[in-house]
Order: sequence, then structure tokens, then C-alpha cells
Amino acid sequence: MIPISWVFLLSLSLFVIGLFGVLARRNLLFILISLELMLNAVVILFIAASRYHSASMANSDGQIMYLLILTLAASEIAVGLSLVVHMYRQHHHLDIDKLNKLRD
Amino acid sequence: MTDYSSLLALVPLLPLFSALILLFSKLPKLWISIFAVGSVASVALISLFLNVIFWQQSDFVLTSSLGTWINLAQLNINFGLYLDPLSLVMITIVSGVGALIHLYSTGFMYQDSDFKRYFTYLNLFISAMLFLVLADNLLLLYLGWEGVGLCSYLLIGFWYQDRKNNLAANKAFLMTRIGDTAMAIGLFLLFTQLGTLDIQEIQIKAHAVWSLTNDNNNNTMASLCCLLLLGGAVGKSAQLPLQNWLPDAMAGPTPVSALIHAATMVTAGIYLIARNSQLFQLAPDVLYLVALIGTFTLLLGASAAMVQTDLKRILAYSTISQLGYMFLALGVGAGASAVFHLMTHAFFKALLFLAAGALIYSLHHEHNIFKMGGLLKKLPVVAVSFAIGCAALASLPFTAGFFSKELILAQVIASGHSGLWWAAILGAFFTAFYSARLFFVVFLGPTQLSPNAKPTKSMSLALVILSVLSLFGGIHPEGLKNLMPQLDTDGLSTLQHWLPILLPFIAISLAWWLFKTKRFGKPVPTFMQGVHQLVKSGWAFDHLYQTIFVSPFKYLCQVNKGDFIDLFYRLIEKTSGRLHMAFSQFQNGQLRRYNASLVIFCILAFAWFIRGELML
Repeated sequence: MIPISWVFLLSLSLFVIGLFGVLARRNLLFILISLELMLNAVVILFIAASRYHSASMANSDGQIMYLLILTLAASEIAVGLSLVVHMYRQHHHLDIDKLNKLRD
Repeated sequence: MTDYSSLLALVPLLPLFSALILLFSKLPKLWISIFAVGSVASVALISLFLNVIFWQQSDFVLTSSLGTWINLAQLNINFGLYLDPLSLVMITIVSGVGALIHLYSTGFMYQDSDFKRYFTYLNLFISAMLFLVLADNLLLLYLGWEGVGLCSYLLIGFWYQDRKNNLAANKAFLMTRIGDTAMAIGLFLLFTQLGTLDIQEIQIKAHAVWSLTNDNNNNTMASLCCLLLLGGAVGKSAQLPLQNWLPDAMAGPTPVSALIHAATMVTAGIYLIARNSQLFQLAPDVLYLVALIGTFTLLLGASAAMVQTDLKRILAYSTISQLGYMFLALGVGAGASAVFHLMTHAFFKALLFLAAGALIYSLHHEHNIFKMGGLLKKLPVVAVSFAIGCAALASLPFTAGFFSKELILAQVIASGHSGLWWAAILGAFFTAFYSARLFFVVFLGPTQLSPNAKPTKSMSLALVILSVLSLFGGIHPEGLKNLMPQLDTDGLSTLQHWLPILLPFIAISLAWWLFKTKRFGKPVPTFMQGVHQLVKSGWAFDHLYQTIFVSPFKYLCQVNKGDFIDLFYRLIEKTSGRLHMAFSQFQNGQLRRYNASLVIFCILAFAWFIRGELML
């Protein structure tokens, strides 16, 4: 069996990559993708923790959590993407540094 | 007795109603005159009637209540009126002289466009003054006291387009306010000490409370109360050291000077002390101070009056000096003579002011006496009444002023203060001298201006009546004899008896000699100029107060322009402003920066929570 620390490392690196994407990218679409990446990093950790704690699947809270987060991510991305499409139609670009009209 | 209570209630209310009618209505001048003069004249008739009823009685009391003013657990104040011999004399003077001056004013002010406003103020003044002298408690007295102060302010600044008049009005108001503040504190102190503000109760309780704890014939608390009340009296009656507002108060119309700044309002201080005479007798030191203040003031006023050139300022300084005589009389314990002199002074000084007003009216508002002259033939009525006024002021024998002033001088001797007596004699000499100078220069000097208007009939009538009163009004009101213990005046020496009678003649002869040799109006010799200037400016009190109080105050204001206290609050405001500027840097509209700060904060918070584990 793979040691849990490997899964931790994998989850952590995925999360940091996602975080970096959120902070560094200027394109809204890529930010959304990076957000998905961060969510998935968390989800992997949930499943691994669930498996690690009860090998006989007596406690499957983590996996239920995975399903929940998956649904949430799907609905979030649906709303988010439709906003992105509208935004693109309005401004013809997705640069968030310039999309700051709500400031002030 | 109760039949007269409602009559008494009418006394202060009639002028008040008349003032209200004038205030809220638009009437032609004739009707304004009828209302204004009529209300005060009917009050004068009422007081005359009351005089007839209570003729020569010395212990009657008539009360009347107009309702409740303040009703708290400890403090019950009624609009209560209290008539006894003292207030009867006062209301007779106020309404009688007031009615004559109202009558005179209808002629004097007829050309003025603010006729109605003038009579509104004048009626309001009479009402406030009557409340003052009739009040049965000190708070109502204080209401009237402030009311007459207000009317005095309004009437000094009556011709408000001239900035000078406004400044004079402000000066009068502020100077008297100093005294009034002392008086208000005195009222608070009396109330905390004695638990009442009713004047009669105060006299009784003061004797009960303060006489028992009386060891060396002087009680500190009684003295303190009397001192504070004296402060108010000194301010209102223009005595040292608050005397220098009165000469400037002559900026108002001349009938106003006659009514307010000679006959009635300025005597309120004397009335206050006479009214509380039993309280003041508990503080002999304060009474002696009253006498000293009066003596110094009478010398100051009389000496300053000798060198003035403005007709009204001579009369103003003369008023200050005559009020000094009344204070002196009060101080030596001769309250009745003080009130007697108050009465005769009201007659002859009102007469002098009204005659002066007629002169000013006839001569194009000329105030300088050296530009008048030779008016004896041209204005005979004015000249004769002025002569009578001057004679009464100089206390020539058998005028009204003679009886009252002789009585005061005799009482001063009887009280044993011979130093004060000599000072008062010197003052009497000065008085006769400046009265004679004034009359000679104005009426007998070389003709210069010729009058362009004759005094109207109403003016002449008022002058004639006041002349008669100044000649024959020297009847001592018998009812006053219970005011203060009578002093024995039998043991006067020949000198003490004859000097006050002969002195005016000597002074008048001296003035006549100086006038005949044409010494008046000449430039003063160089070595005397400094003294002359000093005396003419009323012993430079204006300058003194300017240096001691006004200039340092203005300097402090200049220094504190930025306001020390505000510095602290401005610091708070600046700090929060700076913090705002600093934090608002974070809100730059860049989503990525918001995210970064979120992440940094999360990491920091996480580090904070797990710091215990990290240490291990």
C-alpha cells in the first residue's frame, strides 16, 4: 500500500499548483481551471484519508464528501463558465486586471 | 385691603399689555401715543390713589399674586407683588416720572420713523421696572432687573445704524452683566443658606440664622451674600468700579437717558440694598464698604462733570455722583434719606435731562455746551426749567434737592463718619460748581447757534410739571421711617449746620467769577493738561480696563487662535485619516492582489494556530 504521506505530497503539490495558477494567471478561464485543480487536490486528500482510516470501508465519510464536492464543483463551474462566456461577449477579453469596473 | 389687590396687579401689567399691543399692531402715531402714554399715566394715577389711601402710614402691606411661576418641592416662586411704603414710593416715582417722560417723548420722537418701536421698548421698560420694585421674591426681582437691563440695551442702541451707539449699548450691557452675575450667585447662595427667596422671609430668617452664630458682630456668610448682592447693585447703579458704562449710555435718545439712566433704572441698585436693608445690617463691614464706594464715586463723578464739554455727559457724570450720595446714605444706615434723595433726584435729574433734550432738539442735535449760548431769551421755558433743575442739583435752599441732600449730610455726621462727611461736602461744592458752569455757559454765554425749532406743547408740559416737582417735591415720605433705624441728627455743630447751606453759594459765585472773566472754554494751561485729560476721561477707567482686561484677553485669544483643546481631537481625526489612507492601498481593484492577501493571511493564521506544535 502506498504510504499516506505520498498522497499528502501529491495533494499538496496539486493545491499549490492550483493556488499559483489562481494568483498568477490573468485569464479568467485559467483561474477557473486552477480552482478546479485546488478542489481536486482537496478531494484526493479526503479519499486517501477515508481509505487510510478504515480499510474495511466501514467509515466512508471521506468518499461521500468527494461526491458532494464533485457536485458542488460541477454546479460552480456551470455558473462560472456561463459568466465567463457572457463576459467574453461583452468585453472581448478575459483579463481580470482590466475587469475591475466594480471598484470604487 | 383685598379690594386693592387687583388694582395693584394692574400696575405692572398695564404697560406690559400696552407694549404687547404696540408690538403686534400697526397703528397711526396718535394711537401709539395714546396707548403708550395712557397706560403709564393710568399706572401713575393708580399709584397716586394708593398714596392717598396709605397716606402717612408706615406699616401697611398690600400683596397680590399673579399666579405661580415655579413650583418644585423646595422652590415655590409666585408672580407675587408686595407693596409697602418703600415700593409705594418707588412705583410712584417710576410711573409718575415715566408718564411725564412718555408724554415728552411723543413730541421729542415725533419725527422719528421708528416711533412705534421706541414706545414699545419704553412701555416694556416701565413694566419691567415695576415688576422689579414690586416683586415679593428675589427671583421675580431678578426678572425685572434683567428686563430693565435688556430695555436699557435696546434703547441705548436705538439708533442702530450708527456703530458707535451699538458699541455703547454693548458696553452698558456687558458692564452691568458683570454685576448681575455676582447678584445671581448671591441669590443661589441665599437660597442654599436660607431655603427661600421670598424677600420678607429672607430678612426674618437671616436674623434668626445668622444672629445666633454671631460672635464678633460680623458673620462671614451674611457678609458674602451682601457682597454678592452689592455687586449687582454696583453694576446697575454705575458705582465704582463698574461706573464707566453710564457716560457712554448717553448715546440713546435723550428722554431715554432721562428715564432709564437718571431717574429709574440706575436707582435699582439703591432699591435692592434698601429692600434688603435688614440683611445688610447683619454685615456692618459691607455697609461700610457701601459708604466708601458711594463716597469715592460721588467725588469721581462730580470732578469729571466739572470738565466735560458734552451736555449729556455732564449730566451723566452728575448722575453717577448723585447715586454715590445715595450709596453713602445707605452705607451709613440712612436708608430712608437715600430713598428720599432717590425721589428728589428722579425729579430734578429727569427735568435736567428733558430740558437738555429740548435744547438738543432745538439746536440740530448739538451736544457741545460751548457752541450753545445766549438761549435764555430764545427758549424761556427750557431756560427756566433748566435753572430750576440746576438749583435743585446744586441743592440751593428750599428746592427739593436741598432737603434730601441736607438730610443725607446730617445723617453722615450723626453716624460718626466725619471723614466721609468732608468728602461729601467737597462733592457738594463740585456739584454746585458744575451746575452753575453748565447753566451760565449754555444760557448766558455769547449767542452762537439760534434754535430752529420750538419744543412742542407736550414737551413743555412735562418740563413745567417736573419743574414744580423739583421745587416743591421735597416732602419726606413719612412711610419710610421704619426702613432703617433712625439716626439722631440733633447734635449738629454750627459749622456742620451752615456749611452745606452756604457752600453752593460760594461755588456759584466762583463759577460766576470764572464765567465773567471768560475762563470757561479756554484752553487749559499746559501744566494742567495731563490732569485735565485724566479727569475728563472719568479718571481714565476706560483706559485702565482696556489695559487690565481687554488687551490681555485679546492677546490670549490671539495666542489660542488654533485652540489648544482641539489639538487633541484633531490628532484623533488625523490618525484615523492616515490609517484609512494606508489601508485603502489594499483595495486597488486587482483580484489577484486580493487573493494574494487572502492566502497570506490564511498562512499566517495557520502558522499562528499551530505555533505550539512548531515550537516543540
